[in-house]
Amino acid sequence: MKVDDTGLLAREPDETSYLTAGTTLRSWLLSTDHKRIAILYAASITVFFFIGGAAATMIRLELFTPAGDLTTADEYNRLFTLHGVIMVWFFLIPSIPGTLGNFLLPLMVGAKDVAFPRLNLMSWYLYVTAGLFTLAALLLGGVDTGWTFYTPLSTLYSNSYVLLAAFGIFVVGFSSIATGINFIATIHLLRTKGMTWMRLPLFAWAMYATSLVMVLATPVLAMALLLICGERLLGLPIFDPRVGGDPVLFQHIFWFYSHPAVYIMILPAMGVVSEIIACEARRRVFGYQFMVYAMLVIAVIGFLVWGHHMFVAGQSPFASMIFSFLSFVIAVPSAIKVFNWTGTLYRGRIRFSAPMLYALGFVGLFTLGGLTGLFLASIPVDVHLSDTYFVVAHFHYIMVGGAVSAFFGGLHFWWPKITGRLYNENFARSAALWLFFGFNFTFFPQFILGYLGMPRRYHEYPPEFQVWNVMSSTGAVVLAVGYLMPLFYLGYSLLHGERAGDNPRDATGLEWTTSSPPPQHNFHEPPVVRSEPYAYHDWDEAPGDADETPQTDPA
Amino acid sequence: MSSTPILVEPFEEPERQREAMVFGLWLFLATEILFFGGFFFLYAVARMQDPVGFAKGAARANLLLGTVNTVLLMTSSATLTVAERAAQAGWMRGARGAILATLALGTAFLAVKGFEYREDLSEHLFPTSPAFPFSGLVGATRFWSFYWFVTIVHAIHLTIGLGCVARLLRLDLPRRWMVAEVTTLYWHFVDIIWLLLWPLLYLVGP
Repeated sequence: MKVDDTGLLAREPDETSYLTAGTTLRSWLLSTDHKRIAILYAASITVFFFIGGAAATMIRLELFTPAGDLTTADEYNRLFTLHGVIMVWFFLIPSIPGTLGNFLLPLMVGAKDVAFPRLNLMSWYLYVTAGLFTLAALLLGGVDTGWTFYTPLSTLYSNSYVLLAAFGIFVVGFSSIATGINFIATIHLLRTKGMTWMRLPLFAWAMYATSLVMVLATPVLAMALLLICGERLLGLPIFDPRVGGDPVLFQHIFWFYSHPAVYIMILPAMGVVSEIIACEARRRVFGYQFMVYAMLVIAVIGFLVWGHHMFVAGQSPFASMIFSFLSFVIAVPSAIKVFNWTGTLYRGRIRFSAPMLYALGFVGLFTLGGLTGLFLASIPVDVHLSDTYFVVAHFHYIMVGGAVSAFFGGLHFWWPKITGRLYNENFARSAALWLFFGFNFTFFPQFILGYLGMPRRYHEYPPEFQVWNVMSSTGAVVLAVGYLMPLFYLGYSLLHGERAGDNPRDATGLEWTTSSPPPQHNFHEPPVVRSEPYAYHDWDEAPGDADETPQTDPA
Repeated sequence: MSSTPILVEPFEEPERQREAMVFGLWLFLATEILFFGGFFFLYAVARMQDPVGFAKGAARANLLLGTVNTVLLMTSSATLTVAERAAQAGWMRGARGAILATLALGTAFLAVKGFEYREDLSEHLFPTSPAFPFSGLVGATRFWSFYWFVTIVHAIHLTIGLGCVARLLRLDLPRRWMVAEVTTLYWHFVDIIWLLLWPLLYLVGP
């Protein structure tokens, strides 16, 4: 610390970036710097993504032909369980919050770090420990219950490693809770001077809504898994119908977590896409306040729709009607968001960069995934479509077409900030288009399959379904190639990419006011916010007339 | 008065740091409420579906030991509050004594619980025991499932609490009394859960 002429403490200019602040393995593994923890998360979720992807590849290969020739029925059960468990808990849920959220949230609110940096590091260790338990279950022979662990299969009949996998998921839940608590506290307490709630970037709002769901839903899953362990281990009959237990009760508790968990996956994606679209269309986000309220409403109503997973499970028809109604209601804020993204594009000066292609892909695929969700929310249609490939296609449109596209978009968008280097834009654009094509090629045929009546979770099927399955499996090959592409050009950029400036995208957020990659303490001096987050150009200004105003400048 | 509190990154003022710690712990308690809320939901379902059988099973719970434990835990909440206030006021001898008293009371709770478990098991009050007196009685079976689940989970929480309270003895309390404050918050929560369990488990039977 130096004292300047005015007698005030002046900050030592801190020129080392977070990447060069320490080079030992220890300096990474014991770092409490939110940016390094984000990188740790990014590396580990990539590993799990490819493990889950390998299982998906096996599934699609098996379904190439009607006969069950590649795997036995039992192996097939273990494959799709592995795919679901890994992708949901070890990739999708931590994907955007763990990587982009950890990296960007403190930067976006102008803080030095998250509120509890050591808890943040612990969350990564919990994640890795949990992952090892789940991988152990897999290496020992896998789990055959599906990712939903329905009773009484999981408690009475399954001869697989349910306990080990359930324990892994129990532990990963704590990792998610730690992240959620950290983000909420960071947003409440560490916003820099001038960063009012209504000046928060939508990504920060998305993290806030997501964290609320993480904090309030995850413990219920923990309880459900504990009950399964208790029933398997000690034989305490909570769900066993032979002694008066209720197996449907498990489904209620499980979906009380697992439906909101869908919003843990999609809300962060919505935040990422809002940032990309505003910047790449050079437009103020249309209806900023409505975007905020829509996300909060989605987070709240998301807790009230779980029963739509149980229309055919024997719940009261009156309950089903209410859950059906509420599931339609939650489509309203989702639609508001889609309309507002579209409205943001209007009169924009659109740059078709790689992140923008991912974001536009997201809007289309999310809309399709969301609208097919309404089919399933409608009871009579759901009775026909329940447990068919229609459901599989629907949620893959949301989770892969939606959440993964947005994650890739965000990764490209903030890549120059995170690494300090630029990637090859043409390769990146081709990969984005390739993935969009491959995704639809894989999953659109599954809507038709489901509508025609092909049930999910079987390793063989009648020959008349083969043509659609061949299409879907071929698409999966395209998709797999697409997911490998970024590994190459982003890997190349990491080593040889051109240096990025502080703000290569001419964006307005606080994260772009610091150097790329950011210094260890994020900002050379604490930023002061003087304007709204998206001061690109207003609706009545011609696109070329105005320039963006960074959040640190007065409007 | 206490000396200057130790500041931890990213905080620059003690008041802000205290606010964050308390707020963070309340967020954690929110997850705990949802967690135990699930158990209470199971309880409500089981009791509504067979109220008579449920009460029959509950009548066998040991009211005396349950009540003794309630008294022990309530007293421990009081002693820990004394410890926290003493630490804040800089009266370290008082704080140490009150922390030790809390540890003693919490351990006594676990000991009493252990005796209660031994008695329950000697009476075969475990749903999978071959000599379970209520086999075939749905409500009673579910009561005893609930009893074992929830008391074990509560005991685990209490054991973690004991670890946190014991840790206070090793801290530089005059400068880190904020840790005592949030530990107390957690301890009170575990007590309140017990305060809800006491009527639900021991006062139901005829």
